[in-house]
Amino acid sequence: MSVITLTVDGCDVAVPAGASLLQAAGAAGVKLPTLCHLDGLTPVGACRLCLVALEGTTKLLPACATEAAEGMAVSTTSPELREYRRMAVELFFAEGNHICAYCVSNGACELQDVAVTVGMDHSRFPYRYPQRPVDASHPWFALDHNHCILCTRCVRVCDEIEGAHVWDLAERGSDCRIISGLDQPWGEVEACTSCGKCVEVCPTGALFHREDGTSEKHPHRELPFQLRLAREQGQWRNQGQALPQALEGGGEDPS
Amino acid sequence: MTGVQAMRGAPRRLRCCGASGCRSAGSEALQVALEQARAAVGLDAGALPIQPVGCLRLCGRGPLVACDGPGGTALYGGVPPAQAGALIAVASAEGPIDGPLRAEAALAAHRLDLSHPFFALQIPVVLEGCGSLDPCSLDDALAHGAYAQLKRCLQDLSPEQVRDEVRRSGLRGRGGAGYPTGLKWDTVALQPAGPRFVVCNADEGDPGAFMDRSVLEGDPHRLLEGLAIAAYAVGADRGYLYVRAEYPLAIERLRLALQQAQARGLLGLGHCGSRHDLQLEVRVGAGAYVCGEETALLRSIEGKRGMPSPRPPYPAQAGLQGAPTLINNVETLAALPAILREGGAWYAAMGTESSRGTKVFALSGAVCHTGLLEVPMGIQLRTVVETMGGGVPDGGAVKAVQTGGPSGGCIPAERLDTPVDYESLTALGSMMGSGGMVVMGETTAMPEVARHFMRFSVNESCGKCLPCRAGTVQLEQLLQRFVEGRAEAADLDRLDALCRMVKATSLCGLGQAAPNPVLSTLRWFRHEYEAGCGPLAGKP
Repeated sequence: MSVITLTVDGCDVAVPAGASLLQAAGAAGVKLPTLCHLDGLTPVGACRLCLVALEGTTKLLPACATEAAEGMAVSTTSPELREYRRMAVELFFAEGNHICAYCVSNGACELQDVAVTVGMDHSRFPYRYPQRPVDASHPWFALDHNHCILCTRCVRVCDEIEGAHVWDLAERGSDCRIISGLDQPWGEVEACTSCGKCVEVCPTGALFHREDGTSEKHPHRELPFQLRLAREQGQWRNQGQALPQALEGGGEDPS
Repeated sequence: MTGVQAMRGAPRRLRCCGASGCRSAGSEALQVALEQARAAVGLDAGALPIQPVGCLRLCGRGPLVACDGPGGTALYGGVPPAQAGALIAVASAEGPIDGPLRAEAALAAHRLDLSHPFFALQIPVVLEGCGSLDPCSLDDALAHGAYAQLKRCLQDLSPEQVRDEVRRSGLRGRGGAGYPTGLKWDTVALQPAGPRFVVCNADEGDPGAFMDRSVLEGDPHRLLEGLAIAAYAVGADRGYLYVRAEYPLAIERLRLALQQAQARGLLGLGHCGSRHDLQLEVRVGAGAYVCGEETALLRSIEGKRGMPSPRPPYPAQAGLQGAPTLINNVETLAALPAILREGGAWYAAMGTESSRGTKVFALSGAVCHTGLLEVPMGIQLRTVVETMGGGVPDGGAVKAVQTGGPSGGCIPAERLDTPVDYESLTALGSMMGSGGMVVMGETTAMPEVARHFMRFSVNESCGKCLPCRAGTVQLEQLLQRFVEGRAEAADLDRLDALCRMVKATSLCGLGQAAPNPVLSTLRWFRHEYEAGCGPLAGKP
């Protein structure tokens, strides 16, 4: 197998031919934020978070969908790129109904993680609060369109890995949404094998196990009690009592 | 000669525009009335042919009828069917048709001046046959020289020679981006051996653009010949013509033309007596503007959801079914027969250093003469808008000219002396685009124009990438605040920053160009945005 050498942020790296710029960045120890990308699925370059600059071109390229080439000089960060990434995350939050406190994936959400990574603590764009439905027709799983960010991981994993192609896209623009079967309730789609791959790959709380509560993905039995105690007694961090481990990560809850 | 005028001494005939614009103005009823009036004076089709033709250019005055005779050509516009008798009397009279006839007097108000710059400054290359031949007749097209260059290419020229000629012409893609056509052809032709495709992009969707429609409706065989020449030059034996569904007449005529050419052996297996095959198929879109984008168009032809994919790989490398695919716009392909007939050097002699040849524009908006015009590249915008277009009706001043549709921008009146070429328009923050040119008068509010185009982008975004899907929605909301005069000073910065983000980070050309109408109006008409900030602007 031939090898490609290139530089990522000035650091020399070698990757196998055919590797993506995202893999090259990984080889250089750079972790780029991603949402639509998932190893093993065809890249789509839809979330635009992993955009990188390439020496010699003015256009930004999605690292996940761009093949590394010999001698490339890739730059993964700049004030401009950081600002674009932050704006992108703001747009994600503003276009859906991402209310972390009510979400089954709170604390186990890639959108939330990315928001923390890019330092997005609030959205400068007004929330759109779209009217979106929930499909709970499947016996085991459910789809909450309010949390969908249209990464199409579910579409691709069902088509490319499970081979069932239950999911696809309908409508366009801001009306774009995931549909199952021929736009039927999920539970009525005979092609669905109920394998649950789509649920596993969903980066947010859009696809979830029906029986999951927040505690399932974020198990901490004392959490509700601790929270109540904290609220009632005004005992927060640095007031004598340490917060439970579980809240350490959730302290930067962007919504 | 504009392509509208016939040679002096031409046989008597009436040419009725049968393109969509004139049809909507009642050209079919007029043609029926003309045939009845002809019969009423005892003439038949042999003595006075009444021929349906393609676009006669001055669409705003439709239905248009051109009257050829020994004395030359006269053009009439907006003729009601009741006046059909007068037209027949003028057309069938002996002697010069300018003679002092009562019928002529009756039609005086409808007579259009063919020496007006709108007609006189046109140089028909792409539109050579448009308006003079019957788009439904292969024989008529052949009589006008159709397929002669295809035959010459197949018989006498190698694919390299054809590509050389096109490279020499300096022709650049007429769909909007202006990529050198010869270079694109070479890229496809030089891919490793294997199957390859040609595709004609006839998904013309910019508001105010109807150049491609006019070619499809007026001279479909010219387009088919161009596509076949391109296929030969790059070594493709299969091809598609992707036409938007909103062009039913164009689809009908293109399908008819394709059938005629295949039945006559001009296209198909071993076409024109050569050893080459070319299987062409017409594909109809389903109402998605984004399918005019190359990669989305290819997905649509493959029967998939029309959504763009990241480039590279470019369609020239991996297009339809992964095979190298050449995609050219209608106007680009329709220019080829004339280029090969007259030579690349002839074409390159027209236009400017970087933008060669002629370009078809669809002139509309606040302008006296709306319609289709083909002019040499490098012509001053003022010449097109004021001299040819006659300026704003009732004498008002031009405020701006919008070019490039929702991907372009507004050029202010003080820059009307700009030459119309790819680089000059881009330097002003607009773009050549496919050729729509919308003139705006003094009363047009620029933030409203920007919101109008942004709304278009919101509706037409495919929803795949975030900046275009969610960013355009936020931009429209921001623009709404300026239109309603309730924006804050900070909104100006927010607007500017979001425009730059959407432009820099969107996946395809549509998203990347969606902020252009805002950015260009911000650049030239910033005071109108500042005026859109409410009384509390700048205060805490």
